Amino acid sequence: MVNIVAQQCPFCPIKLKLIIRLFNKLQRVPMGRYMSKRQDFVVRFAGEGGQGVVTASEALARIASEVGYHSLTFATFPSQIMGGPTYTQARISTSPVLSPGDELNVLVALNEEAYETHKGEVAADGIILYDSSFTPSGNEKAIGMPFDDLAKEAGDARTANMVMMGALASLVDMPVKYLQEFIEKRYLSRGQEIVDANFRAIDFGIEKASESPFNLGELDSPNPPDYKQSMMKGNDAISLGAIRAGLNFYVGYPISPATTILLYMERNLVQEGKFVYQASSEIESINAILGGGYAGKKSMTATAGPGFSLMSEGLGLAWMAELPLVVVDVQRGGPATGLPTKTEQSDLFSAINPAHGDVSLPVIAPGNVEECFTAGVMSLNWAERYQGPVILLTEMSLAERVQNIKKPDLDTVNVENRIVYEGNNGYLRYDGFELSPMPIPGKPGSYIANGSEHDSMGDTTHLPSRHIQMTERRFSKLNLLKDGDFEEENANSSIVLMPWGGSKGSVREAYNQLRDSGLDVGWLYTMYLNPLPEDLLIKLRSKDLVIVPELNYQGQFSSILRSYGVKAKSITQYTGLPFKVVDLVSSINDLVNQTNKAVIN
Amino acid sequence: MSKKNPEYDFAWCPGCGDFGVRRAVEFALNDRIKETEEIIENTVVVAGIGCSGNLVHLLEDPQPFGLHGIHGRSLPIAFGVKMANPDLNVLTVAGDGDFLSIGMEHIAPQATRNLDICSVVMDNGVYGLTKGQSSPTTDYGVKTTSTPYGKIEDKIHPLKYYLTIGASFIASGYSSKPRDLAKLIQAGMEHPGFAVVHVQSPCTTYNDTYEILKGNAKKGVPGLMYDIPEEYDRTDRLAAEELINSPGIPVGIIYEDKTRPSLTAETNRITESVKSRDVAQLLSDYDF
Repeated sequence: MVNIVAQQCPFCPIKLKLIIRLFNKLQRVPMGRYMSKRQDFVVRFAGEGGQGVVTASEALARIASEVGYHSLTFATFPSQIMGGPTYTQARISTSPVLSPGDELNVLVALNEEAYETHKGEVAADGIILYDSSFTPSGNEKAIGMPFDDLAKEAGDARTANMVMMGALASLVDMPVKYLQEFIEKRYLSRGQEIVDANFRAIDFGIEKASESPFNLGELDSPNPPDYKQSMMKGNDAISLGAIRAGLNFYVGYPISPATTILLYMERNLVQEGKFVYQASSEIESINAILGGGYAGKKSMTATAGPGFSLMSEGLGLAWMAELPLVVVDVQRGGPATGLPTKTEQSDLFSAINPAHGDVSLPVIAPGNVEECFTAGVMSLNWAERYQGPVILLTEMSLAERVQNIKKPDLDTVNVENRIVYEGNNGYLRYDGFELSPMPIPGKPGSYIANGSEHDSMGDTTHLPSRHIQMTERRFSKLNLLKDGDFEEENANSSIVLMPWGGSKGSVREAYNQLRDSGLDVGWLYTMYLNPLPEDLLIKLRSKDLVIVPELNYQGQFSSILRSYGVKAKSITQYTGLPFKVVDLVSSINDLVNQTNKAVIN
Repeated sequence: MSKKNPEYDFAWCPGCGDFGVRRAVEFALNDRIKETEEIIENTVVVAGIGCSGNLVHLLEDPQPFGLHGIHGRSLPIAFGVKMANPDLNVLTVAGDGDFLSIGMEHIAPQATRNLDICSVVMDNGVYGLTKGQSSPTTDYGVKTTSTPYGKIEDKIHPLKYYLTIGASFIASGYSSKPRDLAKLIQAGMEHPGFAVVHVQSPCTTYNDTYEILKGNAKKGVPGLMYDIPEEYDRTDRLAAEELINSPGIPVGIIYEDKTRPSLTAETNRITESVKSRDVAQLLSDYDF
């Protein structure tokens, strides 16, 4: 194969493409366009499940980050293994990326359906790369090329992605050496032949794109951060954070989009003194980690909406019997089976109140991949600190988001351990109105961890005075968790944005734009949703309007804030997709104007 | 609780079979402590919900750890406790409603894993605490508070079920013989795998089966229970099938397979073969 290609291309393909590109630039592109260079571009890969659209956007993000750009991916899947329309998106930028991006600069359409479905989201000056197995009907700026045939011609059918990468690099004038470095790093261990095939695939892509008159304008040079970086998905970051915090007991049941955490633990956590197991159901998962927490382990499971619903009763038991554990709920569209592979922020009510009875579970909701690591650490810390169940509330878009982040500093992580009882027998485990040391089976201090209301030794009782004491005891322990961090900007403004969870990035981008446009609006944010940091709540109560963009119908977080006496209003969206910044900017402007008018009137 | 706790407000009815089961558990634990020099706090009793689950509060001798959880989930909780610390001696206590109805989905997984715990099932053929509804072991046609026209489901046969799903230790006992029952429970605790001790523990209020079980010579009632003959080979699966397919309720150890590795043994095997990496190494996978 190698020889055939060499015969077909007697000239060095790189030189050839440079000549073509130079020609194109001179001929058709106004020079003024290159005066201010592009800082950012968004690419969507759309096709069918199994066509490699996921690996394509992840590869692009990785290539870009390795040479010093910032990147973020967004994925949405069909709920089947092979086939079904699917797309992923990568956003590459010279500065840290906050959201997946509203408009597409490039659409890579792997079939006609994808072309037709997504062409409407392509920016006015955007370009479509399509697989030339079909002929587009419209007159979009489109470049067709036979990705698979070119890959085969390059010498390896698996290099179709690299044909696309070459074409993309050409459209933004990204130096080819960046792609080559990436390929050498990744494939050299598999042999020079693979590397060469990938090189050729890139060159074919560049060549084909250069033949067209279209170009996006040169992407500015990367501005590499001066700190060490990691590139990972949200669910990986949660897993690593939890392991850093001392996780040593994990039982889970497969469910999208939480399965990757189970798989990570099965591969990486198993060792002496650490137990990982696939349970027979979510009911088994929650009860098993409850037993693990009781027996002294730092225990965790991860699930999504339907599994979380099944865990309700077990979570009530953990709250009642004061047993530390962490449940990660990776939110997806609901209720019932809902939208298993789409994103939503609609489990907040049930995260705080999953069970019947007087329950208020601690909830930590990370807003980006970096915070997923911290949330992994802090959820276990909280469980140990207050001796009870903690919900780590994340979501589909964050679980699958690949992002370059500052490498977590493992040395500065503060790991907390429960206060363990170390006295003799005859201990009253549930004595008093506050947290008390917890005995561990195998050592003196036997008691009965009881899901029925109980007295101080754990025996069942129905005395009103006991139910009062124990209820107050359980709620008083939440006071130990009110010291969470929060972000604050433009503190003097009477109107603030207060996003939560994975919407943070898009809302932040909207906030930046609004501030640039001169709007007086403040910023408050925390991932510690229940209990809220005490000082944050004071600030929230002092505002005239707290705007909460959230991906659910009911405006769940704003209604919780209103119950605390905060003047909160939601901007809601329930499409199964993340917010677009442009929509947020307009909705926020509307709300702010209404409020200002009301104040003036 | 060691002494009568005035706040604890639950009591079994006079004559309840569960008194005998409690005594048997106390005997078994005391004997175990004597024989192994293990401290009592090394035992965890995980209780289901129902009359039977209250056994965990009513143990009168030195106190083991207890976990009185939610209805039907004694097994998954015990699974967590045992695998968190395989050195613990873990016992579950639950009734036929808790174990075989709402909790049935959890039995087969422990059997196929061969989880190293002992489950004591107190079978009275009725839901007692909720006042007399039919249970999976209530006979066909019986009128209960929830089957006023007679039960229209077949009852399940617990011993057949345990054998079918692969429990590696199955014993059948009787609450009125706590010394004998204690021996079965102790053997179940010593068994390196999933042990079920299924106990006939009659309910004097809603389903008094003492006479049916024991028989009554004066009335000419033969009695369902009989001791398993000494020459019976309990390692023979086919013999076990034949035994439990015969009429009557055999009492003793029905089946025992000590050759199958327990879940603890299997996880130890995996753990020893896996090269573990610390978190710094795991994080470095994401370097670029």
